[in-house]
Amino acid sequence: MEAEKFRGSEIFLKSLLAEGVDTLFGYPGGQNVAIYDKIYDYKDRIRHILVRHEQGAVHAAQGYARVKGKAGVVLVTSGPGATNVITGIADAMIDSTPLVVIAGQVGTALLGTDAFQETDVLGMTIPITKWSYQIRRPEDVAWAVARAFYIAQSGRPGPVVLDFTRDAQVGEAEFEFKKCDFIRSYVPVPEPSKDAIAEAAKMIDAAKKPFVVFGQGIVQSGAEKALADFIGKAGIPAASTLLGLSALRSDNPHYKGMVGMHGNIAANIMTQECDLLIAVGMRFDDRVTGTTSTYAKQAKKIHIDIDASEIGKNIPVDLGILGDARTVLEKLTSLVKASDHSEWEKTADKCYEVENSKVINPEIHPGKGYINMGEVVDTVATVSKGDVVVITDVGQNQMHAARYSKFVKTRSMVTSGGLGTMGFGLPAAIGAKIADPSRQVVLFLGDGGLQMTIEELGTIMQEGTGVKIVLLNNNWLGNVRMWQQLFWDERYSYTRMTNPDYGKISSAYGIKNRLVEKREDLEDAVREMLSDDAPFLLEVRVVEEGMVFPMVPPGKSVNEIMLTEKEWYK
Amino acid sequence: MENENTLYTVTVYTENQVGLLSAISSIFTRRSLNIWSLTVSASSIKDVHKFTITTHTTSEKIAAVVKQLEKRVDVIKAFFYTNDDIVYREVALYKVETCNLLESNALEDLLLKFNARILEMNKVFTVLQKTGHCEDTVALYEALKKLGPVLQFTRSGRVAVTKGDHELVDEFLAEREIERKKIEMNK
Ligand SMILES: Cc1ncc(C[n+]2csc(CCOP(=O)(O)OP(=O)(O)O)c2C)c(N)n1
Repeated sequence: MEAEKFRGSEIFLKSLLAEGVDTLFGYPGGQNVAIYDKIYDYKDRIRHILVRHEQGAVHAAQGYARVKGKAGVVLVTSGPGATNVITGIADAMIDSTPLVVIAGQVGTALLGTDAFQETDVLGMTIPITKWSYQIRRPEDVAWAVARAFYIAQSGRPGPVVLDFTRDAQVGEAEFEFKKCDFIRSYVPVPEPSKDAIAEAAKMIDAAKKPFVVFGQGIVQSGAEKALADFIGKAGIPAASTLLGLSALRSDNPHYKGMVGMHGNIAANIMTQECDLLIAVGMRFDDRVTGTTSTYAKQAKKIHIDIDASEIGKNIPVDLGILGDARTVLEKLTSLVKASDHSEWEKTADKCYEVENSKVINPEIHPGKGYINMGEVVDTVATVSKGDVVVITDVGQNQMHAARYSKFVKTRSMVTSGGLGTMGFGLPAAIGAKIADPSRQVVLFLGDGGLQMTIEELGTIMQEGTGVKIVLLNNNWLGNVRMWQQLFWDERYSYTRMTNPDYGKISSAYGIKNRLVEKREDLEDAVREMLSDDAPFLLEVRVVEEGMVFPMVPPGKSVNEIMLTEKEWYK
Repeated sequence: MENENTLYTVTVYTENQVGLLSAISSIFTRRSLNIWSLTVSASSIKDVHKFTITTHTTSEKIAAVVKQLEKRVDVIKAFFYTNDDIVYREVALYKVETCNLLESNALEDLLLKFNARILEMNKVFTVLQKTGHCEDTVALYEALKKLGPVLQFTRSGRVAVTKGDHELVDEFLAEREIERKKIEMNK
């Protein structure tokens, strides 16, 4: 008897199911309609979220992936459908987010003929993906899907693109699915060197002023506990990168805050005063290091990372350990002596005192005047006791959300770090809420960022996704305005925005909303917002010319910190 | 200051996958490295392709580039070498007017001196071939120019083999095969 044959489109869906996919974010069109036709039959097994713009699909999938810890899946059509997801793919690449993006493509006979809605998807996506592949035959569909998920989710995660030609969608083949668990040219998780770990343990035991800086690698390798155990046993203060936030509880006694341009003073000063810097699952981004020529020059450095190309890429290190963060940290914990560096840890206290009196307190308890962004974030953190997933857009809203949120659970911070993509927030929040409906998802964003993907309010309406949108409205492209004020002689070139009535927009989409203009109403409004599971837009009119401090201005060392426009940390 | 101008030869062993040339070249262009020559061919290992690329840069940059190359999923291994580490050659072809060659009487001398060969000769033109290092092939070009116009001159990219006594790619693939069997067994 002949084995049963299926169309490539159906093999595709069967393969997704075999990979455990439960959700697709997508948008139909001429070159993926065959797949949509099959999705119609699989409605009961796969949830499809119809976005309003393909950029929304890819950012939603990113939000989903970051909260869920598995690949987000995007389905778009060829040509404009594919080009509309480019920003999100680049964002996922630089922030190591696992994605499988499937784009329809014209039939193989038409490839290269400038056919209607044909575009060179491979050519465009190869530099911004972990892997891009064109499926030309139905026989290859299951193999390509399995390989895509393996590559996207293993090692250092990242986006994968499948350019799915029409022939492969409509042609028939047998269905046989084999999960991919090996590619000979690809070593996703290198085995860490025992010698290197032993050497690291020695360096740690010998250090007087050790300091840990951790990044998203902690979350991705499930090393949250391993990190807490390690710094607990060795008595080492630790700070997070923007993407590492929530990997360690904010109330961990060793936690000294966030590093980088708008990081905490203690975290940056300790970077410049430690004698041993242990970097784990982070990549020394320039927003973290400031000028590299002076970055932690005094310290010996150990870099633990899963990606060989990161070790020594931006900052030369004394010892690189290639491997999974969790594996390495667990081994290190077993090797290092229990230790206490409380004298050294006290360095942070003085820094915190200054930061608190000059920056934090005035930001979150100004008492009078306009509402500050930090104040809003702090109110959400206080009312929710930190038990929310924080999503941000890009700009001042993002930096304040990062600085003033409190985290008690991992995978509670989703932000566009490496690419800084405005418009990321709203769709990412949708994806995050869909990934974990049991948690409150609070999105902080600006009036600029909201309008970049505001169409996704339609998705929220259709799906009833209970996202809590906190619009920090300052009537400016605030972050750029701030740079113009500080570094461009207050010449405010095209950063002022005339805003629409967001309450009306929100109402038009059937989304509950509230406008807060007075401090007295803020906490009550936040409580109202968090009181249920329905979508909500909370617009807060915040101070127009607000700033984000502290700030390490571009090109400076991370210990050259502005506390206000006029005052530097001493 | 490190010399920006060391000539490196990069060899990249890859699976046979579409799009790799584009992936590999973009790793160079993104870092503003000019590719001086590029040769793609089969390697001694079945189904494994070999790219040989030359570029001028610093040891730091080339090391970073090689790590980026190896990061590509379908790249098996990548290495970089200076000229001392390898035995390398390129091929050059020269098309010259036959009458000039014969008039000058220098043909025999040139062939001997440069260890060149005649590939084709007719009344109108002659095609010479020389293998060697870049300086040698260029030197013959200069010598031919003195005899008359060189109608066409073309050089292949560099091909190279290493001087080391380990075949690192074979060793890597052997390790990977053991790993594959282990995974297979554990199922
Ligand atoms: C797609 C995109 N375009 C431009 C920028 C540059 N940019 C960074 S922050 C910013 C201002 C953001 O303004 P808004 O969304 O109102 O947020 P705020 O800074 O006021 O909180 C701009 C324009 C960007 N990051 N992303």
